[in-house]
Amino acid sequence: MPTRRRALLILAALAGLSLLSIAAALAVGSVAIGPVEVLSTLFGGAGGTAGDVVRSLRLPRALTGFACGGLLALAGALLQVLLRNPLADPYVLGISGGAGIGALLAIVLGLGVVGINGLAFAGALGAMLLVFGLAHGDGGWTQSRLLLTGVIVAAGCGAVVTLLLAIAPEDRLRGMLFWLMGDLSQTAAPQLVLILLALLLLVALPFARELNLLARGADLAQALGVAVRPVRGGVYVVASLATAAAVTHAGAIGFIGLIVPHLVRLATGNDQRLLLPASVLGGGSLLVIADTLARTVLAPQQLPVGVLTALIGVPVFLFLLSRAAPGRR
Amino acid sequence: MKHDAPLLSTHALTVGIAGRSFCRDLALSVQAGESLAILGRNGAGKSTLLSVLAGLRQPEAGEVLVDGESYAALGARKSARIRGWLPQSRSEAFSSTVLETALVGRHPHLGRWDWESEKDAEIARRALAAVGLAELAQRDLQTLSGGERQRLSIATLLTQAPRLYLLDEPVAHLDLNHQIATLELLAALARQERIASVMVLHEPGLAARFCTRALLLFGDGTTQHGPCQEVISSESLSRLYGYPLCEVGDGQRRWFVPG
Repeated sequence: MPTRRRALLILAALAGLSLLSIAAALAVGSVAIGPVEVLSTLFGGAGGTAGDVVRSLRLPRALTGFACGGLLALAGALLQVLLRNPLADPYVLGISGGAGIGALLAIVLGLGVVGINGLAFAGALGAMLLVFGLAHGDGGWTQSRLLLTGVIVAAGCGAVVTLLLAIAPEDRLRGMLFWLMGDLSQTAAPQLVLILLALLLLVALPFARELNLLARGADLAQALGVAVRPVRGGVYVVASLATAAAVTHAGAIGFIGLIVPHLVRLATGNDQRLLLPASVLGGGSLLVIADTLARTVLAPQQLPVGVLTALIGVPVFLFLLSRAAPGRR
Repeated sequence: MKHDAPLLSTHALTVGIAGRSFCRDLALSVQAGESLAILGRNGAGKSTLLSVLAGLRQPEAGEVLVDGESYAALGARKSARIRGWLPQSRSEAFSSTVLETALVGRHPHLGRWDWESEKDAEIARRALAAVGLAELAQRDLQTLSGGERQRLSIATLLTQAPRLYLLDEPVAHLDLNHQIATLELLAALARQERIASVMVLHEPGLAARFCTRALLLFGDGTTQHGPCQEVISSESLSRLYGYPLCEVGDGQRRWFVPG
């Protein structure tokens, strides 16, 4: 268990990493912009092409990426506790499936960005309510019932998504595939997701020690003074909203929600008071770095960022896993 | 807090599961310093009754009062400062150290923004020492044996420092010396700190030696309870377990062996 001082030091280091990743995202691209110039466009209001590129293209994209990565990592960390399952990720309960149906339907219908985001969010909320309603049998739900309901609803959504892909017109397929793999090139203003990220983290943090107990079992947590039912309901809502918002803005970016909480857990232990904010910072940084690579590696070709998150995440994870001391796994 | 109220009492308590009734109209009262053993066959409802007593499960009828108040009136946090519960089985999804695991017992004593202080760590280390796990404080709990985990759960309970201990098979997985050490530890707490305990046991000899009173669950809804001297006899136990038992003793202690 880290002391408060050590936790703050780790968070400060991760905040530094976040700033570095965003700075890199602002500087790198088809037009390379030096660090001094980046600063002057941000704070000095310098005009010209560089100012436009940084302020209206790269900055919103980097901030949205950061917020979405943070939301996904937060949702993943919360669901791993809620389901007491280290394999849980934000998509395991079918929320991304619901969002996928909404988004693909909007693309098939030829709606714009607002329509895609609106229908995606409606689909995510629909899936969330459906899973919660179905899993909520007589007198509350158990982890396995919630997990099974979520997996089944996700499978159903997957079938509908495949159906939509099959009947979609040829020229829309590429957009649909990019959405499904996760893509930040269509991002709008980042304010909404950033505010939501801050809000959800602030809601979750006061309950972090309760979550530590919940991870050890519901009955034990109840016996040690956790009001289990309201806390579990709250965790479900927070994780679902985080996932829905991230998926709505950036598509179903895989892997961040699964791997970032594990990376943090391997590095710092399973204290949610540190794990939740550290996952947010780490997930945000990872997605910003991955997205920067996605738009530069094969430039001018843009890759779906979801491919990059997996390509970066898998080797890093395996490295940390093999390094973890025996008995501290 | 009512000073004259028993630490645990039940009124007209009916507990059952899936149409089976384990006890009907049970009226129990456990005072500070007392310890009650719950005996019965497998599936007689011992653990279910204990989790009702711990406020983790609703009874079919009747009420459970701790320190004179219901769990609903106390709330989860206040309840946790009065009663502790030892689960029968545990499963860990995530790794953590032995010391971290013992420290979760401090949760009900800490404010929302508090972190465990050196004082809390000291309490946890003392609890680990009391069950003989001091050396393993930094080990991961997933590397512990079944008996070590059981002792760690007891240490977590000691760290919680409740006044009412509800123990589901406290000596399960323990070797003989640790069985006696654990029960003696609880008896010492009852003498020195006036804790009360209710424990599910499988060995009537240990119940007769370490508990002041016993509750027999016959599995068909009928129960018998009273001082161990009266309730625990070869006749009642033979009926309880459905197998003839005979009593052997050395004048001080009594043991019951299959006949």
